[in-house]
Amino acid sequence: MMRFSTLVKHPADWMTGGQGEHGAVLTSRIRLARNLRRHPFPGWAKRDQRAAALDLMRPAVEALPAMKGAFSHELGDLTSVQKQVLVERHLISREHAARGDGSAAVIERRQTFSLMLNEEDHLRMQAIRPGLQLTAAFGALSELDTELEESLEFAFDPTLGYLTTCPTNLGTGLRASAMLHLPGLVLGDQIGQVLQAVNKIGLAVRGLYGEGTESLGNLYQISNQSTLGESEETIIRRLERVISQVANHEQNAREKLLEDDPEMVSDKIGRAYGVLRHAHIIDSKEALNHLSLLRLGGTLGFFPPETVMVCDTLLMDIQPAHLQLHSGRKLSPEERDSIRAEIVRSRLLSLESPDNRISSNDEKNLPDPHNPGDA
Amino acid sequence: MKCDFCEKKATVFLTQLVEGQMKKVCLCDSCAKERGVTDPTGFSLADLLLGGLPGGPGTATLGPSSPSPGNGRKCVTCGFTLDDLRRVRRFGCSDCYATFSEEVGQMVRGMHKGTSHIGKVPEGLMALQFRHQRIEELRSRLDQAIASESYEEAAGIRDEIRNLDEVRR
Repeated sequence: MMRFSTLVKHPADWMTGGQGEHGAVLTSRIRLARNLRRHPFPGWAKRDQRAAALDLMRPAVEALPAMKGAFSHELGDLTSVQKQVLVERHLISREHAARGDGSAAVIERRQTFSLMLNEEDHLRMQAIRPGLQLTAAFGALSELDTELEESLEFAFDPTLGYLTTCPTNLGTGLRASAMLHLPGLVLGDQIGQVLQAVNKIGLAVRGLYGEGTESLGNLYQISNQSTLGESEETIIRRLERVISQVANHEQNAREKLLEDDPEMVSDKIGRAYGVLRHAHIIDSKEALNHLSLLRLGGTLGFFPPETVMVCDTLLMDIQPAHLQLHSGRKLSPEERDSIRAEIVRSRLLSLESPDNRISSNDEKNLPDPHNPGDA
Repeated sequence: MKCDFCEKKATVFLTQLVEGQMKKVCLCDSCAKERGVTDPTGFSLADLLLGGLPGGPGTATLGPSSPSPGNGRKCVTCGFTLDDLRRVRRFGCSDCYATFSEEVGQMVRGMHKGTSHIGKVPEGLMALQFRHQRIEELRSRLDQAIASESYEEAAGIRDEIRNLDEVRR
C-alpha cells in the first residue's frame, strides 16, 4: 500500500497545470455523493454499522483498476498533520479530517481521484483536473462510479435520484467547482459585481477552502448549488459557460488596468516581488496575497511564464501543515512564518526583477513593464 | 413569561442572530424538548422561526391545540424519528426518504431547480427494477393460470420466475 510520504512527495499534475484561460482557472473539481442502500448514513450509524459499511466499500474501491496501488488509510491511522496536508491539497474535506476510525481516504497515486469513505455520505468521490476541465473530470469520475455500481448497491430513487444524507445533495449528488484566480477584477474593483451576478444565477462563490472560508490570494471557488431537476451535463455546461465568462472578464480587467494605470500595476507587482524575495518572516495571509500578485505578473509578462507554476506549487507548500511536514516536527506560528519565508526565498532565488526584463518580451505581444501602456 | 408555542410557563430562552437580526424565542420544557432546542449543536433558531417543516411555527397554527404529527413516526430500517429530522435536517438512511416522504417534499421545494431527478441512473438498478416488474407480472399470470387450472402453463411460468429470481441473487 502506498505510503503517505510517497503520495505527497511531488505536487500533483493538476496543481501546476492551470495556465490555460490566461491562468485564471487553476483547477476543476467534480464531486459525487453516493450512499449504500439500507445502511444507516455515517452520521446516524452506530460504530459497528459504520465499520460494516466501510468493510463493504473499501475492498470495492481498492479493486477499481484506476485505484491500483492507491493510498488507502483509515483516518484513525493518520496523524493530524497528515490529515491537514490532505485538506490543504483538497484531497479530503475539513469535515472528513475531523474523523477517525470507521472512516477512510483512498487516493489515487497521481492525486487525480480521491474517495472519502464514511464522510457525511458513505462515499464522496472526487476528480480534479488542471484548468477548466469539468466535463473531462466528470466523465472520468462517472466511469469510476459506474464500475463501483457493479459491486455496491447505491441508494437511488426514481424521483429523487441518488439519496444523500442531506437533501441539498439529492438527485445527481454532483458538486462541480472551479478555483479561479481573479486579481484583475479585485484590483479593478469589479469583483463584487461579477460575483453577485454569478450568485444570482444560483451558483455559489466561496473562498479558498470552501464553505465559510475567507478569500485569500484573490482565489475564488465557483460551484453549483442545485443538484436535483437537471442532468449532470446541464449543470456542468452552465458552470463551464459562466466560468469562461468570468475568466474573460478577468482578462479584460487585466488589460484595462495595464492601459489605465500601468504604474499602479508595476508598483504592486514590484512590491510583491520585493517582499517575497527578501522577507524573513511572513505569515500565510501576506504570502498568499503577494504570491497572487507575482502570479499575475507571470501572466502579464513581468516574469517568465513558468513563474505561474512556481506560484501554484508554493501556494500549497506554504500552508501550515505542509510546512510542518517539510520540517518533520511541530512548529510554533513564529517558526512557521520564518520557514515559510525561507522556502519562498529559495524558490524565487533565480527569478529576476521585472525591471531587468526589458527586451525579451516583444515576441508574444507582452507588455513592457517599463512602459506597459504600449503593449 | 409564557411559552411561544403553548400556554405553559416558559423555562428556556433562546437568542440567536438570524439573517442579521436578533431573534428571541421563549419555550416551555416540553416544547423545547420536542423541537430539539436542548441540543444546541443541532439546533438553528432560523429553522424554528422560518418554518419549513410541518409542526414548526412557520407552517402550523400556534397554540395548545396545534397537532404534532411527529409523535411516534420512525424509520423502520434505522430508527430515525421525525424529531431527529427536525433537529438535524438530515436523514438517517435511504429508507427515511420513504418514511418521511411528506417532509421530504416540503424540504426539497425551492431547494433545487426541480423536484424530480433528471440525469444518471445506476445501470444495474435499471435492470434490477425491470426484473422486479417482470416477476410481478409473471406472478399475477401464475395466479390466473392456477385459478383457471391451466397447470402446464403455470409450471412454465413458475420456472421462468425461478430463473429470474436466481439472476437477481
